[in-house]
Amino acid sequence: MHPTTLVARRERRILSSAAPVRWLLIGVALAFLGFFLVVPLVAVFSYALQKGVGAYLAAIQEPESLAAIRLTLLAAGIAVPLNLAFGLAAAWLIARFRFRGRELLLTLIDLPFSVSPVIAGLIFVLLFGRQGWLGPWLVEHDIHIIFAVPGIVLATLFITFPFVLREVLPIMQAQGSDEEEAALSLGASGWRTFVHVTLPKVKWGVLYGVLLCNARAMGEFGAVSVVSGHVRGSTNTLPLHAEILYNEYNLAGAFAVASLLTVLALVTLAIKKYIEWRAEAP
Amino acid sequence: MSVIVEQVTKRFTATGTPAVSDVSFHAPSGAITTLLGPSGAGKSTLLRLIAGLELPDSGSVRIEGVDCTHLPVQQRGIGVVFQSYALFKHMTVRQNIAFGLETRRQPRADVEARVDEMLHLIQLEDLGKRYPSQLSGGQRQRVAFARALAIRPKLLLLDEPFGALDSRVRVELREWLQSLHERTGVTTLLVTHDQEEALEISQHVVVMSDGRVAQAGRPEDIYDRPSTPFVASFVGGTSMLRGHVRSGRAEVGSLVVASAGTAREGAEVHAFVRPHDIKIAKPAHGSTEPTTGRVERLKSVGGYVKVLLKLPTGETVSVEVPRAEFDDLGVVEGDCVQADVRMARVFLGDYAI
Repeated sequence: MHPTTLVARRERRILSSAAPVRWLLIGVALAFLGFFLVVPLVAVFSYALQKGVGAYLAAIQEPESLAAIRLTLLAAGIAVPLNLAFGLAAAWLIARFRFRGRELLLTLIDLPFSVSPVIAGLIFVLLFGRQGWLGPWLVEHDIHIIFAVPGIVLATLFITFPFVLREVLPIMQAQGSDEEEAALSLGASGWRTFVHVTLPKVKWGVLYGVLLCNARAMGEFGAVSVVSGHVRGSTNTLPLHAEILYNEYNLAGAFAVASLLTVLALVTLAIKKYIEWRAEAP
Repeated sequence: MSVIVEQVTKRFTATGTPAVSDVSFHAPSGAITTLLGPSGAGKSTLLRLIAGLELPDSGSVRIEGVDCTHLPVQQRGIGVVFQSYALFKHMTVRQNIAFGLETRRQPRADVEARVDEMLHLIQLEDLGKRYPSQLSGGQRQRVAFARALAIRPKLLLLDEPFGALDSRVRVELREWLQSLHERTGVTTLLVTHDQEEALEISQHVVVMSDGRVAQAGRPEDIYDRPSTPFVASFVGGTSMLRGHVRSGRAEVGSLVVASAGTAREGAEVHAFVRPHDIKIAKPAHGSTEPTTGRVERLKSVGGYVKVLLKLPTGETVSVEVPRAEFDDLGVVEGDCVQADVRMARVFLGDYAI
């Protein structure tokens, strides 16, 4: 036998514990996973399809459900592109330049991750609500933000803005700027360098960030719930709509809507896996 | 003179010592000029200042008579090759080489012809469709050269271009670079900490230390006539020995050098001795020569043997003895030998004497 494989085997044996311990750990992990992930997943779809496929499709095609789908798509459709642009710009700024307040900016960018979403929603109520700082001015000019679509978009934007940045920044920092400098020395403009050199380098990180950003934008509950006002057919997103239906004991309807979000989650995971696989390939 | 750098200073922090401090030098047209120095000497920063990737705090840079001090990097007409290759990983070899030409909006046919010419120049005609990850380190670096040369730069800047390669490939590419330079004749500025590389391939060497130019000149001058203790110690693997001025002459062990008349009696002098400028001999019985040393360690390296000698003063000197000569000598570790210094550069303070 080749000596290195022998060493590798011995190391593996040292690192792996005795069989009973191994099986116990695997058993605990599987039981945990099954109870908290597989069972709920099965439950969502079985409840949703309890009254048959016809009832399921009907529940989704309710005008209020369709309105919730449209609003969810609208909020994500605005939040994701804006956060993509913001994330790329901020990652570029932080990775390439040293300036006063850079550390502070890095810390602040994580605020949406560290603050409770309900608090995030309340911030907007305090800012734009009738009694808020900008409230009187908004009332005067007949602009509705809280309990209206703009509030939902704002809350979604706030909650999701670190995703793209957090995925792209480490890649930009790890790769350095030699390629960009080479492109500049070859006569390329800053924009051409960004499009032809920087973007392809961070492509998979960007896609990954967009994917996570989108999943959160569509699934966000807390912040959106505070600013939405739960006006049926007008300010309800999919998660809010699912909750309302559930509170009205319309289990089939609630789980039908919930199943849409679950499918979104599963598709997200599948694409995530694909992106990881592609990013690792040479 | 092709590249003229005048009194360039660059600081990265407001209070710290400058990375490049009041540097002036020139690089002759059509030649390979090397910026040589230990890491942290400021040579890479100087190269980036000339490239336009950094802006100097003061001073000026002229390339082919054009004042480039405030010209953006794109307009300087330079090619840069980095230690990390910096190839565009998502582009093929051909696309990499074509990048600078396409930026200049040249007609498709011209670009293709130039890329073919460059592939021929670097002898990688068959690998145009490969991606950088499918090439060896040496091949990647050659592609980086082709990409930089494709745009017909006035000046080629090389930042430790062979630093990431193993020693055999490094020596091969060094020779390749020399022949490439003979064919293209592009004025070249090379940054390296490898003195062998500097002495072998350049016509002009600028030795840097602590952000300043320590000495500039032909490789032979740098090697044979170092003008500062730093250059003497940095180039040629020298050992330093202390000595004193005795009756108007510098004495270092058994070595006596005529010194400048101003030297104070008893003043300390430093002598820098190259490993091959010391001759080792077995002492005659009962000899008490002052430079007799003890063999601390013997290391056989290819064609010669490295001998580490400990002198009675406590100083150690490294000596290189050709293999055949060493075999005749027949010394082993622990032996006392007589060491005869054949040549040395002696400095009184910072001045050569």
